[in-house]
Amino acid sequence: MRITCPHCGERDRREFYYKGAALDRPAEDAEPEAWHAYVNLRENPAGPLAELWYHEMGCGSWLTVMRNTATHEILDVRLASDAEPGAASGGKP
Amino acid sequence: MRIAGKGLSTQPKSVSFTFNGRHLMGQEGDTLASALLANDIHLVGRSFKYHRPRGILTAGSEEPNALVTVGHGTCQDPNQRATTQELFDGLEARSQNCWPSVEHDILALNNLAAPFFSAGFYYKTFMWPAAFWEKLYEPMIRRAAGLGALSGEADTDSYEKAYAFCDLLVIGAGPAGLMAALTAGRAGADVLLLEEDSRMGGRLLVEQEEIDGLAAVDWVEIVLAELRSMDNVRLMTRTSVTGAYDEGTYGALERVSHHLPRSHSLKGSHRPRECFWRIAAKRAVLAAGAIERPVAFRNNDRPGVMMAGAVRAYLNRWGVAPGERLTVFANNDDAHRTARDLAQAGVHLAAVIDSRHDAPDSDLFPVIKGAQVCNSSGGRQLESITVRSVRGEEKIQTDCLAMSGGWNPSVHLTCHLNARPTWQRDLLAFVPTPGAVPGLRTAGACNGAFSTHGALSEGEAAAAAALEDLGLARVAAALPQADDAPYRIAPLWAVPGKGRAWLDFQNDVTVKDVAQAADENFRSVEHMKRYTTQGMATDQGKNSNVAALAVLADVTGRSIPETGSTTFRPPFVPVAIGAMGAGAADQGFKPQRFLTSHAVAEERGASQLEVGLWYRAAYFPKPGETSWRQSCDREIMYVRNAVGICDVSTLGKIDIQGADAVRLLDFVYTNTFSTLKQGRVRYGLMLREDGFVMDDGTTARLGENHYVMTTTTAAAGEVMAHLEFVAQVLHPEWDVRFASVTEHWAQFAIAGPKARALLNGLLDQPIDGDSWPFMACGEVSVMGIKGRLFRISFSGEEAYELALPASYGDSLFRILLERAEALGGGAYGMEALNVLRIEKGFITHAEINGTVTAFDLGMQGMMSKKKDFIGKAMAARPGLIDADRMQMVGLKPVGAVKELSAGAHLFNPEDPVERIQDQGYVTSVGFSPLLGHMIGLAFLKGGAGRIGDEIRLVDHMRGIDTLCQVMEPVFYDVEGGKARG
Amino acid sequence: MRFSGWRVLKEGLTGNKGWGPHWRDPEPKREYDVVIIGGGGHGLATAYYLAAEHGITNIAVLEKGYLGGGNVGRNTTIVRANYYLPGNSEFYSHSLRLWESLEQELNYNAMMSQRGILNLYHNDGQRDAAVRRGNSIINQGDDAELLDRDGVRKLAPYLNFDNNRFPIMGALMQRRAGTARHDAVAWGFARGADMRGVDLIQKCEVTGIDVEGGKVTGVQTARGPIRAKKVALAAAGRSSQVAAMAGLTLPIESHVLQAFVTEGVKPLIDQVITFAEGHLYISQSDKGGLVFGSYLDFYASYAARGNLPMVEHTMETCVAMVPAVSKARLLRSWGGIMDMTPDGSPIIDHSPIDGLYLNCGWCYGGFKATPGSGNAYAHLIATDRPHGAARKFKLDRFRSGHGLMDEEGTGAQHNLH
Repeated sequence: MRITCPHCGERDRREFYYKGAALDRPAEDAEPEAWHAYVNLRENPAGPLAELWYHEMGCGSWLTVMRNTATHEILDVRLASDAEPGAASGGKP
Repeated sequence: MRIAGKGLSTQPKSVSFTFNGRHLMGQEGDTLASALLANDIHLVGRSFKYHRPRGILTAGSEEPNALVTVGHGTCQDPNQRATTQELFDGLEARSQNCWPSVEHDILALNNLAAPFFSAGFYYKTFMWPAAFWEKLYEPMIRRAAGLGALSGEADTDSYEKAYAFCDLLVIGAGPAGLMAALTAGRAGADVLLLEEDSRMGGRLLVEQEEIDGLAAVDWVEIVLAELRSMDNVRLMTRTSVTGAYDEGTYGALERVSHHLPRSHSLKGSHRPRECFWRIAAKRAVLAAGAIERPVAFRNNDRPGVMMAGAVRAYLNRWGVAPGERLTVFANNDDAHRTARDLAQAGVHLAAVIDSRHDAPDSDLFPVIKGAQVCNSSGGRQLESITVRSVRGEEKIQTDCLAMSGGWNPSVHLTCHLNARPTWQRDLLAFVPTPGAVPGLRTAGACNGAFSTHGALSEGEAAAAAALEDLGLARVAAALPQADDAPYRIAPLWAVPGKGRAWLDFQNDVTVKDVAQAADENFRSVEHMKRYTTQGMATDQGKNSNVAALAVLADVTGRSIPETGSTTFRPPFVPVAIGAMGAGAADQGFKPQRFLTSHAVAEERGASQLEVGLWYRAAYFPKPGETSWRQSCDREIMYVRNAVGICDVSTLGKIDIQGADAVRLLDFVYTNTFSTLKQGRVRYGLMLREDGFVMDDGTTARLGENHYVMTTTTAAAGEVMAHLEFVAQVLHPEWDVRFASVTEHWAQFAIAGPKARALLNGLLDQPIDGDSWPFMACGEVSVMGIKGRLFRISFSGEEAYELALPASYGDSLFRILLERAEALGGGAYGMEALNVLRIEKGFITHAEINGTVTAFDLGMQGMMSKKKDFIGKAMAARPGLIDADRMQMVGLKPVGAVKELSAGAHLFNPEDPVERIQDQGYVTSVGFSPLLGHMIGLAFLKGGAGRIGDEIRLVDHMRGIDTLCQVMEPVFYDVEGGKARG
Repeated sequence: MRFSGWRVLKEGLTGNKGWGPHWRDPEPKREYDVVIIGGGGHGLATAYYLAAEHGITNIAVLEKGYLGGGNVGRNTTIVRANYYLPGNSEFYSHSLRLWESLEQELNYNAMMSQRGILNLYHNDGQRDAAVRRGNSIINQGDDAELLDRDGVRKLAPYLNFDNNRFPIMGALMQRRAGTARHDAVAWGFARGADMRGVDLIQKCEVTGIDVEGGKVTGVQTARGPIRAKKVALAAAGRSSQVAAMAGLTLPIESHVLQAFVTEGVKPLIDQVITFAEGHLYISQSDKGGLVFGSYLDFYASYAARGNLPMVEHTMETCVAMVPAVSKARLLRSWGGIMDMTPDGSPIIDHSPIDGLYLNCGWCYGGFKATPGSGNAYAHLIATDRPHGAARKFKLDRFRSGHGLMDEEGTGAQHNLH
C-alpha cells in the first residue's frame, strides 16, 4: 500500500501509523451516548472510509485519507489540519 | 542422454556434481534436472503420501516431483527444484522423503495400503481410544510428515532486502516481456525487466522458430544487446516476482548465489544467498508465459512421463533427450512440435498419440489419432504405455512419454488482489480478468496469446498503453515477424478407466479422490481442495488445479465456470523465510539504543537490562559482592544516605513551543498546567480517550511559551504521536509545535541528601534551597557548558536531574560518579531505582499497565473538573469509577514466609484460592534495605478501603503463599519532607 | 454413518464406494425456529449445540459461500486457554474442555493435538506478566507452568539462545494447549448438526433482516424470504454489515490478519511457540508445513489479504527467534477479516432487538473459541439467559465501562490491539 503524503510525496505504508476512522470529537458537554459512539461504535463500511493516518517515519503530519476498505484503493489524501470539521462523513458515528 | 549438436551451448565446460553420493558430470548451463537426464537418471524423488517413485516432470519452477536437498550442515537446503537448481562445480544434491534410499524406500508400503488412505480417511479414524491420538497415531503421522529436512541449526547463509522503483515493471523476459521492455525502453521509460530463469528469452530459448528471419535465440540476443545499452532499462535474471500488492507494490525474489559454490553466500562473504526486492512500479506488464498441464491417466506419475514442452526444452536448450524411445501424448497441436524436434534431432519417436480424430499428420512420425494413453508400466522408470483407440488397446514400448493436456496461462499474480480469472472456452483455460491488478496489464501466453506473434504484439501493445498512462511518447517501430500458428485443442482432462490417475503428483491426489470428495458432498471447489489436499503441494496447484476442477465439474455434472475457479495467493514461488526476514538474524531484529553512559557502565561491569530498545544498567557490582541484591542494597543506601547518580536519559523528552502550548498541556493532562509558573515543573497524568491512564511524567516551563515534557521510556513515541494528533487533528487552530529531543540531552538523576553539595561543586553558579526549591527548573552552566537543571525526585530524596547536550554525556557521567564517590555515594542502576520508587509508591508501567484509571491509582483528585481534557468523558463511565474496582495499595509480608512476588494474586485469607475469589494482583516488589523487609505494590479490589487488612498472596508459578498487610502505597517519608529538603 | 477405523478398512476393501455425503444440501424451508446467519465455525457449532443440547432442530444455517469458508478455514489453528482476565478466563477454559472431548462427541477426527504452547518472555517485566497470567490460569483450574531458560531449551533447542536481540529468559507453558485441523472442526460440527436435522444452506446470502415492532421476524436471502422466531448472527468478518441490516451499529472495526504456511519439512517444531517481543506464533502441522502469523496489518480492511510490511515483519521475527526455519520456504499467505472490538474481547449477547442475537467481535481469538462460542451462544438462544462461562461478553460493557477485558493492556479503544 502506498500513500501520497501532501508534504513528502508517495511513500510506502510502512512509514505511516494508522488510527482509524476520522470522526469528529464530541463537545465536552455532549451526552455520554455521543462519547460512546465516538470512542466505541463504528460504521465500519466495506467501501470508502475517511481515516486518519500519521506520517510517523516522515514529516509527522496527520493525514485524512479516503480509502476503500474492500479494495485498499486510496481515493484522496489531505492534511488533517486542512480538513473541515464534519468532513469525515465516511466514518460518522 | 546428450545429443551431439543440440543445445544452446556450443563449447560447454564440464561441471562435476554428486547426486545421492554418485559423482556425475554435467556441463555449464545445465540445471540439475538437465544434467540428471543427460546421465539417464530419471528416478529423483518420492511422492508425499504413497512414496511412489518420481522423476522430472517439468523444466521450470512449477516442478512438483523432482525436489531435492542441496548441501549439508547449516547450509542444507531442502525442497530445491532440480529443474531450477543450476549446476555448479561441487554441487551436492540428494533425494528426500525416502529411506533408506530413493531406490528402496520403506514407506513405499503406503502405496500398497492406498485403498485405506483415500481422500480424507484421517478424519474418520484414529479417534479411539482418545488418548492414543497424541501418544500413537499422531507421532506416527508426524514421522512421515514433510518433504526435505531442515538442518535444525541456525542458518549460516546471509540474505538481503532491497527496494526498487520504476515506471514500468516487466515480469518475464519471453517474447512478450522482451517486446514490452523494448517498446518502453525506447520511449525513455524507467524499465525494470525481471526474469525467473538464469537466462532471458523464455520459450524462445527452447523453440525451433524464427523471428525476422533470425533464429529465435539470436533475435533474443540482439534485443538484449539493445536493452543493455539503455541506461533507463535494468535487467535482472534469476528473479521471480512473488506477489502483487496494493498500489503498484510487488515483491520479488532474486536468487543471487544459488548457482555458485556454497562459500559465496555464507555470512561474512560479499554475496547474499538471496535478495528480496520490494518494488514500487507505476505500471506493470505481466508476461509470465504459460504452464503446460498433464493429462490424468492410470499410472501417469511414473518417472519418464514428462511434459511435452519440457521434453522439447531439454532437447533444444540443453541438448538432452530424456529417453531413447519416446512417445508423445496430447490433445493439442503444440505438443506435435516436440515430436517434430525430436524426430529432426534423430531421436527415436515411437508414436504421437493424439486424442483428437482430426489431429494433424506428419511425415516425420506416426500419429495415432483419436487415441488415449490409458496406462503405463515400469518400475522406477517408464517401460511401456498402453494406448486405447478404435483399434483397441495396444502396448507401446517407451522410456519417455511427453504429454500435454494443453497450456494454462500463468494468471497467478492477477489473482493476488482477490480477482478471479475468466474461463476461456476456446483455449480451455483461465485467462486473466482485465483490471485484476490496478496498473498491471497482461501480455502473451499468460494472457492466452500462445503464438510468438501474439506474444510480441501483445507485449508491444501493453507497453504502449502503459507509456500512454505515463505520458511518454512511443517510438514507432515495426513489429518483428514471427510464427502465428493457431492454438488448436480439444478437451481431455482424465482418461477414463480403472486404477489411479494422478492429478496432484506431489500430494498423491487422484481422479478417484476428487470423485469421492464429490460423493461425500465436498462439491465446492474449496471443499474439494481442502478435503483431498489437491493443489496444496509445493506447486500450489500450478500443474493440477485446472484439471482437478474439470474432473470435479464432470463428476458433479456442472460446467467448469459453474463449478468455480481456482485462485492463487502469494507467493508465486516459495520464498525462504530467511530472505523475506533478511537483516533480522542475531542482533538485527530491532535497533539497539545505548546511553551516553553505556561505556562507563560497561567499564564498571554493570549488568544491562533491556528497556524497550534501550539498554540500561541494572546495577554496578563492586568487588566482593556476590549477588545483585548486595549491589542493589548498597546503591539504594547511596541515595538514602549520600548521593546516587543514575542515567535517566531514556525518558522521552518533547520540546513544546508556541502561544497555545499551555492550552495543549491543559488538554492532554488531566490536571491543570495553565497555573504553572516559569521556572517550575509539574507532575501530570495523561489519559487515553477511553478514560484509562496512558502515561505520566513531568513538564517543565522553561519560558513564556516554552515547555519540555518528559514521558515514560516506553510511551515516548506514543505520546509524541498523541500530541501531534491533538494539535493537528483536534485543534489545528492552536499555535503549538513539538520536537522530540530525547536523544539530544544526556540527563542524570543526582539524588540524595548530598545532591546539592555535589552540584555546587560542579555548577558554575551554585544553587540554594530558596532559589531552587522543590519542582524548580532552569538553565545552568556546567564548566561553561549550558545545560538544564530540574529539581524533581523519583526517589523521595532531595534530587535533581541535570541535562547537558548528549555529546557531553560520557564525560559528565564520569565527573558525576567521581564526585559522588568522593561524597560516599556512587552510581545506581535500575534495580535500586525500582526499589526507591516502590518505597515512595511512585508508579511505572508495571502499574499503568493500560487497564488502570486515575481512580485506581488514587489520583482522582488530579482530574480537573474545570476544563475539558482527553479521556475526561469516558473516565466518568460508571464502570471506571466503581468502588469495587481494584485500587493501588502497598503490601508488606506478615506471615511466616517473608517473600512477595510480582504477578502473584491476592485472596481473602478465609477464601479458597480460585478465580472467582480473586481480589487482585501484585505489580511490583522489592527488598527495602531501609525497612529490612520486602515491599510491594498491588491492585486490590476496593483497596483504598482495606488499609490495614490482612490479605493472602499466592504465586503458584513460584510456589509462594504468604500473608500480607495492606498498606498505603508509601513506605518511606510519607510526609514528603525529604524531597522538599 | 458412524466413522471408525473399521469403516475405513471396510470401505477400502470395497473401493470406497460406500461413503455418503457428510451433510445434505436441503432447499430452504419457509420458516424455522432459529436462523443462524453464517456457516462458519461458530455458526455451525451453535447449530450443533442447539440440536444436541437443547433439542432445537428446526434450524437453518445460512451461508453466503461454502461451509467453513471464513476464518475457521484461514487461521493458525491454535487452541489454548491461557487468558488472565475474568470473563476470558472462564470462557476459554470452558472451550478447551469442550475441545478435549470434541472428536468423540462429533465422531470426526479434528486432530486436536495437545502439544503444548510456550509463551516466551525476555525480561523481568514480561516474566512478571507471565506469572500473573500463569496464576490466573491455575486459579481458573487450568494448567500453566513457568519455565526458565534451560527448561525452554530442553523442549525447543532450535530456538535462538545464543545471539538474540531479545534473549530468551523463559516461558509460560500450557501443556493442554495445542492445535487442531481447522477445516475438520467446521466439517465435524456441520455433519453433527446435519445428522440432527439442521438445514445447512450454502450459497444463500442474507440480504435483509426483517424486524416488526422491535421484534425480529425473519430474513431476506438470495434464495427468498425465510421467517424465523429467532435470528442469530454469527458472521465474523462481516458482523457490521449484517448488523446494519437490522439498523444496529456495533463497536467493531474489521481488520486483516495474515497467516502463513511453508512447504512441508520434516518435523522440527513440536510445540506452539509464541514470541511476545515480535508477536510471533508458530507451530508445525502434521503434514510438515510451518504455520505462523504475527500482528494485524493495522488498517481497516475487508479484502482478506495483506501487504508486505507485515509479511516481512513476521518473517523477521521467525529469523530472529527461530533461525533454524530460515531455509523453510513460505508457500502460501492469506488474510482473514477480524472483527476487532475496542477491548479485544468478544460479544455473545442479546441485541437491542427482540429475538436477534449477537455473536461477534472475536478479534483474532475466534478459532480456539469455536466449541465454547457455539455452546454458550446456543445456551443464550435456547434459554435467553447467558451461559455461565460467557456472562461477561456483554455488548453494553463499552458503554458502561463495566467488565472491559483488555488482555493486552493496550487500551479499550479501537486500533490499539
